[in-house]
Amino acid sequence: MLNFIFKPFNEMTDEDYQLVGFKSGLEIHQLLLTEKKLFCRCPAGKYNFEYNAEILRHMRPTLSELGEYDGTALMEFKTKKDIVYRINRESVCTYEMDDTPPFLINEQALDIALETAMLFNSNIVDELHIARKQYLDGSIPTGFQRTAIFSLNGEIPYKDRKISIIQQSIEEDSCREVSDIGHTRIYITDRLGMPLIETVTGPDMKTPREVAEVARICARVVRSTNKVRRGMGAAREDVNVSVEGGTRVEIKGVPKISTIPLLTYNEAKRQWNLLRLREELKDRGITPETFKAESADVTTLLKRPHYLPLKTAIYDGQRVMCVNLHGFKDLLHWETQTDTYFSKEISDRVRVIACLTTLPNIVHSDSKSDTLTSAEWALIKKHMNANESDTLVLVWGSEMDTDTAVKEITIRAKEATIGIPSETRQALDDGTNGFERILPGADRMYPDTDLPPKQITAERLEKIKKQLPEPIWERENWYRELKIPPDTIEELSIHPLAAVFKEAVEKMKIDPVLAAVVTIQWTKKLKKAGYDISLITDYMMREIFECYSSGIISREGIYLALKKSVELGKFYAELLPKPLTRSELKSIIKREKAYLNDMPLYDKSNYNKLLTGRVMDAVRGRIEFEKISQILDEHDKEAKNGK
Amino acid sequence: MENNNAYKGYRGAALSVLKNFKAPVWSDVDLITPKGTYSGIILPRSEKADDLHIVLKMPIGYNIGILAEAVTDIKVKGQKEAIYKIPEKAFPVDPNKPNIKLLGTGGTIASRLDYRTGAVIPAFSPGELYGSVPELADYCNLDTEKLYGVFSENMGPEQWIGTAKAIGREIDKGVQGIVIGHGTDVMHHTAAVLSFMVQDSPIPIVMVGSQRSSDRPSSDAALNLIHAVKTAAESDIAETMVCMFGPTSDEYGLLHRGTRVRKMHSSYRSTFRTIGDIPLAKVDRNEITPFSDNYKKRRKDRNVTINPVFEEKVSMVYYYPNMQPDIIDSLIDNGYKGIVIAGTGLGHVNKPVYPALKRAQEKGVAVYMTVQTLWGYVQMYVYDTGRDMMELGVVPLANMLPEVAYVKLGWALGQTHDLDKVKEIMLTPIAGEITEREPSNGYLIFQGGIPEVEEFISKYRK
Ligand SMILES: [Zn+2]
Repeated sequence: MLNFIFKPFNEMTDEDYQLVGFKSGLEIHQLLLTEKKLFCRCPAGKYNFEYNAEILRHMRPTLSELGEYDGTALMEFKTKKDIVYRINRESVCTYEMDDTPPFLINEQALDIALETAMLFNSNIVDELHIARKQYLDGSIPTGFQRTAIFSLNGEIPYKDRKISIIQQSIEEDSCREVSDIGHTRIYITDRLGMPLIETVTGPDMKTPREVAEVARICARVVRSTNKVRRGMGAAREDVNVSVEGGTRVEIKGVPKISTIPLLTYNEAKRQWNLLRLREELKDRGITPETFKAESADVTTLLKRPHYLPLKTAIYDGQRVMCVNLHGFKDLLHWETQTDTYFSKEISDRVRVIACLTTLPNIVHSDSKSDTLTSAEWALIKKHMNANESDTLVLVWGSEMDTDTAVKEITIRAKEATIGIPSETRQALDDGTNGFERILPGADRMYPDTDLPPKQITAERLEKIKKQLPEPIWERENWYRELKIPPDTIEELSIHPLAAVFKEAVEKMKIDPVLAAVVTIQWTKKLKKAGYDISLITDYMMREIFECYSSGIISREGIYLALKKSVELGKFYAELLPKPLTRSELKSIIKREKAYLNDMPLYDKSNYNKLLTGRVMDAVRGRIEFEKISQILDEHDKEAKNGK
Repeated sequence: MENNNAYKGYRGAALSVLKNFKAPVWSDVDLITPKGTYSGIILPRSEKADDLHIVLKMPIGYNIGILAEAVTDIKVKGQKEAIYKIPEKAFPVDPNKPNIKLLGTGGTIASRLDYRTGAVIPAFSPGELYGSVPELADYCNLDTEKLYGVFSENMGPEQWIGTAKAIGREIDKGVQGIVIGHGTDVMHHTAAVLSFMVQDSPIPIVMVGSQRSSDRPSSDAALNLIHAVKTAAESDIAETMVCMFGPTSDEYGLLHRGTRVRKMHSSYRSTFRTIGDIPLAKVDRNEITPFSDNYKKRRKDRNVTINPVFEEKVSMVYYYPNMQPDIIDSLIDNGYKGIVIAGTGLGHVNKPVYPALKRAQEKGVAVYMTVQTLWGYVQMYVYDTGRDMMELGVVPLANMLPEVAYVKLGWALGQTHDLDKVKEIMLTPIAGEITEREPSNGYLIFQGGIPEVEEFISKYRK
């Protein structure tokens, strides 16, 4: 089966993905639209890279059950990073800095979260227990994220099947990384502590395209509440991917759904190619048991390397270490992802764990590019007692960092004989992914002793249910029946005014297409004209539709009414022009005719056009265009009849 | 109260459901409700939580609470209780390193976490400490003794006396430094009283605790302990000190004199501040930097005076406008021998209290005045009201902090009830509790918002 070779992205078929056993699930993070943060009363959504103070912390791993540091913990501790937090006093208080215990959970955020759970048909838990999820990368100053499961076992319809929604949690957001160079990682804290929900699907998607489609549906479900944040970074996906025989690997922080297909393709390809690499190693007789690697200090062998990174390192008094990977000849050039090779897996580990962040951070004897001279390699080879089937990897830096690096190079190479390491990986711009950290275990979760459990009462759920939007798939089916233009259906189903649209069509019997045009296009037109359309409330819109359906305003008058309402912040029917009576219109026509008759018109053929235009201007919004032309026609006839 | 532990923390409805299905805590179960089936381990419930819910730890690590009355069945698949132990690694012994004794009073300075309950298991034996803070071995050979296991707020005369005696024993035995693990809430009370009970120590006595419990990655516990152990092992400051974070950042600790230190924030890491003076020194992993030469030096001898006495009938009264004399009267009527007043401004109370003060004087109750402003001196001769009070026997205590005055008065009355002698003890500085002068940098509370302060904050890590 491992004979299959991944085709280029565009040529992969559904059958190909079935063959490799592609499986993927999503963790969708969505910031909630609340005024304040989740566990303190700081304002939410004040994004700002400016800061007025800095705090320095270190994250010390705590011991887990077996008395060993857990995988991630161990890795982060190896990195020994100085974590620097940049603080803006407008958006951060002493809670986020872990100098004040948490305040009780933000009720508004919890309500929104529960609303989404209902939309996903999930079971809402009876009692919320806040947990601490350890993060040693420093992305949260406490070293853990406060998080709580609020729903389980939901599902959404997809194609002819269901996608399971395993669980949802409500949690505080982490910091944004500013930089991570050497032993210093810098974070900005503006986003820290903002409420978000994480929705986890089952590994039910079978092709990269399905992953993106389901992500889009889930995103739209939560957006249909109209109580979630929009814009850059407000929704982020983590994507889990595995292939047959592979490992569940998590790609973190995918900012755009459109990038998911290529990312998941590349991850599937990476896993598949790593499995093939393991086979290759096995064929060469290299297994976890027989794997061999040695290291040595080769600084003195490289007197004057012409390869610049090494030259600089030696000039700076750094150390160059060599690792001999027995029998690995050419395997560092084994393709893992598109234009990405096994050497990248090693380089990534060295960068993240040994803090050697300046790239390139390794060179190896499989490399086809111009690094060391063959004479230099020969010298090192001899020193390392390497033979033709071996591969040599060089790494340079401080003594402490190269010690760590040598260990990591050996660990990662050995892992190739075992399979695919459990890792979280980060999405890169070119659609490939890079190592982020070792996947942490369930051991990193423990109860938050600072906050009591919180009962979710039946009354609370009842109240939320009363204003719950219908599921988007139900809305969309109905729109299709109504013959709403297909390109507006998706937008309308999550539109803030979707509920009023429904009333307009069902109760007020307004033409669905007109109601859709008003809801989607006319509001957009207003927005383009510089109006703040978030000021249009359900109540306002309902009033306007009602005025229209009872003939108080005309079809054209709806736009005017919307505009006036936004300007005044309220809808006043009495401020709108009344519909024209027939006699009023007739007298206006008479007036405009008299005006035009006084004008020296060179081209009389324009007369009717000019007249219609002038009459329209005078009566705009008070009568439908068809009625004007009808009356103009009558007028014409009357004139011709000599009246 | 049958088999309490089997259903730990459960009461009422939840307890009867669990009993009904024979599902004690730590059972690995499928819990069936009309909404669905939940799998996981039944956890003990906090005694403070309601009696309606069952707590389940799910395989993904999260806990949820399930309404007990909705449970239709519980299938018990097994039992998964684990006893959590701190890994012990023998603390290395190096004959060239000083011997340090760590005395435990109850605050957790190092601990491990029970991942399922969130409970903190204190790490205390040298082996346990080495397992969680291996850096300690860089500084010393460590021995530990758990004196008490009480919460900070339960520290009192009995524990103070016991700790002072233990310090005396250890100095006799020849240790080169003592570290005392202590909860932070009343650490400054203990630091002050030990400054009086243990006099002329030849070695450093360093009190330490943590503001963020040591089970969290961002805890200040390990670094505080490292700083304290380094101070005990290497510093030449032979005084009773508090060693806690200087800034909130993981940068350095401050060594505060036991009689001038106070907890000033309910939760901040850098909560301990020296009041009315500057700290003794700053300490990081690499060095101890004294701020002045004004401290008692380490000595080779073993001569120390341990004076472990305390009169418990001493009280402190925090004055407020409209205070009625019955507050003081009731203390007199209840047999109190000493009262420390934290007065307003320069050390004042209002006139209606005077008759009670007069009564105290007549009944032989020792009354002392301190300031609730914390910074500054009591100066009762400035205004008539002050002079009136002095005539009523109220003794001003200069710039002694109210809490320090409280423990010193208890200690003085523990030695004698002769009020003149008590007064002599109270007014004779023993460990810097009264200073002759307040240096101009002894009072610094930076006011946020002021441009130059903001500039400072943006330049130096908080
Ligand atoms: Zn805050």
